[in-house]
Amino acid sequence: MNLTININETKNEVFVHLKGEIDAFTAPKLKESLMPYSEKENVYMTVCLQDVQYMDSTGLGVFVGLLKSVRKHNGHLKLTDLSPRLERLFSITGLSDIIDISTKAVGEN
Amino acid sequence: MEMIKDYVEMKFPAKPEYIGVVRLTLSGIASRMGFTYDDIEDLKVATSEACTNAVKHAYKEHPGEMIIGFGIYEDRLEVMVADRGESFEFDKLREQLGPYTPSIPIEDLNEGGLGLFLIDTLMDEVKVLAESGVTVFMTKFLNGERVENETVISKTETN
Repeated sequence: MNLTININETKNEVFVHLKGEIDAFTAPKLKESLMPYSEKENVYMTVCLQDVQYMDSTGLGVFVGLLKSVRKHNGHLKLTDLSPRLERLFSITGLSDIIDISTKAVGEN
Repeated sequence: MEMIKDYVEMKFPAKPEYIGVVRLTLSGIASRMGFTYDDIEDLKVATSEACTNAVKHAYKEHPGEMIIGFGIYEDRLEVMVADRGESFEFDKLREQLGPYTPSIPIEDLNEGGLGLFLIDTLMDEVKVLAESGVTVFMTKFLNGERVENETVISKTETN
């Protein structure tokens, strides 16, 4: 029940891989780790959610905050490899129309 | 309505690190009852949201305890999450919250408060009592496809 955060940074791109659970316990750590990267001008941030087994509104809140900050600095935020579960969470809250998300490619597991 | 079969209660410090432990227990109970994978995930999110509220809203001044109760029935699971902290106006909050819409400018998006909306959306029935703390009662019915444990066992045996 923890969250591992891996961040790779090249020029203007930031690639984040998350593994574990995002809830009220881990969300503050996630926010603290990612926020500084969102404040870079023109950053292109990709967050891979393939290995996130659990997420709730605390995680959605972190990504909304991140999106706001990234947009403010003329950057882009993309969330990738969402499981059907996570995709559902984003769609029932209306966030899938606001955040750039992509689900797992067909055939992958 | 059928009679309650079993009742399970847990008491935790109202701290975020225990919400994952609540989820594990819930997951075990719901899976034993035969809930589907999707229903178990809904239950996990809704229950965690109620615990998050207990942790965040209820104990601004000093941390206390949260009590999680599971009412196990033949046809449904009732989850109760109670705290004895400062109460908040659930119904008023619920009216203000809802899904995001693309018409809201990005900079005006709220970063919190989706929890109550999710509880409402993911559970079949939700009741809230706000007297000396907040108690959330949430019910999920066993109406989806059941995970048939017996079937799995007999299949294994014939192999």
